[in-house]
Amino acid sequence: MTRTNLLIKLSPWLFTIGLFVVWEAAVHIFNIPVFFLPPPTAIAQAFVDYSGPLARNSWITLQTTLIGFALAVGFGMLLGLLVGWSRAIYAGLYPLMIGFNAIPKVALVPILVLWFGIGFVPAVLTAFLISFFPIVVNVATGLATIEPELEDVLKALGASKLDIMRKVGIPRTLPYFFGSLKVAITLAFVGSVISESVASNYGIGNLMLQAQAQFQVPLIFAGLVVLAIEGIVMYAAMAILEKRMTGWAQRSGFAQA
Amino acid sequence: MTVSEAFVTLDGVDHAYAGANSALAVEGLSISVKQGEFAAVVGPSGCGKSTLMKLATGLQFPRAGSVTVAGQKVSAPVKIAGMAFQAPTLLPWRTTLENLLLPLEIVEPHRSEMRRRKAEFSERARNLLTSVGLRDQGEKYPWELSGGMQQRTSLCRALIHEPQLLMLDEPFGALDAFTREELWCVIRDLQAARKITVVLVTHDLREAVFLADRVFVMSSRPGRIVVERKIELPRPRDLEVTFTPEFQDIVHELRGHIVKARQ
Ligand SMILES: Nc1ncnc2c1ncn2[C@@H]1O[C@H](COP(=O)(O)OP(=O)(O)O)[C@@H](O)[C@H]1O
Ligand SMILES: [Mg+2]
Repeated sequence: MTRTNLLIKLSPWLFTIGLFVVWEAAVHIFNIPVFFLPPPTAIAQAFVDYSGPLARNSWITLQTTLIGFALAVGFGMLLGLLVGWSRAIYAGLYPLMIGFNAIPKVALVPILVLWFGIGFVPAVLTAFLISFFPIVVNVATGLATIEPELEDVLKALGASKLDIMRKVGIPRTLPYFFGSLKVAITLAFVGSVISESVASNYGIGNLMLQAQAQFQVPLIFAGLVVLAIEGIVMYAAMAILEKRMTGWAQRSGFAQA
Repeated sequence: MTVSEAFVTLDGVDHAYAGANSALAVEGLSISVKQGEFAAVVGPSGCGKSTLMKLATGLQFPRAGSVTVAGQKVSAPVKIAGMAFQAPTLLPWRTTLENLLLPLEIVEPHRSEMRRRKAEFSERARNLLTSVGLRDQGEKYPWELSGGMQQRTSLCRALIHEPQLLMLDEPFGALDAFTREELWCVIRDLQAARKITVVLVTHDLREAVFLADRVFVMSSRPGRIVVERKIELPRPRDLEVTFTPEFQDIVHELRGHIVKARQ
């Protein structure tokens, strides 16, 4: 019993280490050139050699992502409340939102550059634009799925729309909202890296592009590893936040988005 | 029955829901329930029983005819009604006690006195829970309660602000037979103690006959009242009464009306 538990705890680490071991071995066995696929040891060496630029740029990417994400949270929540507030607003905005969501956000980067120049601002905005949608949808879903009977109970007490929102709508939306943050942060990250690699002089995206231009293949891969680590950390942070903030939803088996 | 003692009156009401190809849900619906009376409405599924509830509480407005509650023509949600439905619809993030306090956070005058009289209101909620056999369950969350206990809580929530009118829409439909009968007794005692006007929608004829002073039978859609049957069984009624021939005759008779109404 405890042994299997221990195994389950360890298994993510074992698999990760296993991946790197197999990778290293494959590179040596098949004699794959470093400029095609560098072995993990070469990537580790790149981490040592370029620790300064990697640290600086990953910090910039993290900041960019978090600022874009914060904007997405604020805006997404407001728009979600608005959309969930009335059926008319919902009906009006729905096609617009679907259309907007269908646009590949990388296609917006040139416009953002046109407006704001290259660098930090378009990256933040790309992160924002790509990540607010799931928040809107989830918040609106939470509001739209209030039981009609419960609304009747409250209306028959003279509750206003605002009362219903405050007492029922917003609390019941929180699990949907926090659930959407995991998705949103991952997307924000994608957005900032895309924009950095097309239109910036900073960030991990840009660093990887430069490394590619100079054929420093291990450094490109080091950049990828940094992205993976940042992504995992941010996802985990959102998952913990979700658990903290909506304990009741998990304990009661409340319907999840 | 004189007009003055009528508490809930629907007079010649037609109603259609928006968008539902404007076919009428109820047509020429007239019903009058006296103050302090226990009325039960039975009828085939989809005949407009829930619509009747919504019309009487001002959640829907009639296309034709008039609705009067407590002497006032209904033109907005009535604010003096407590409602309970088949689904208990308790808020899972609130304890049972906090769920009971919800109506008081909404209806005046309690709403503005909430902060000052919180302790008193909580005491009232606890007493109400005790009266339905949920003593000391106030700190539990709804999902820690059985279906029957949740439905009791839902009834308490409908009563906490001491409404003059209690509207119950198939409140026991999802419960097992024993729990249902237990709750019949709960609602019987609550109504006897508070003398409130109750309108109960149900498809269980035994339930209707056991609880009500008068049973109204609705036709199939578009619904209207086709039969009105006074139940003269003496009160207080014990569950035993449901096994008497007299009781079963009434149930049988109503059943005949329903069968006809469905055709
Ligand atoms: N919100 C609604 N929109 C459109 N049609 C409705 C709505 N609610 C009920 N109806 C229709 O009105 C009729 C009466 O419904 P209802 O009052 O719920 O019946 P009952 O409660 O007796 O089963 C049904 O045919 C139903 O399909
Ligand atoms: Mg119904």
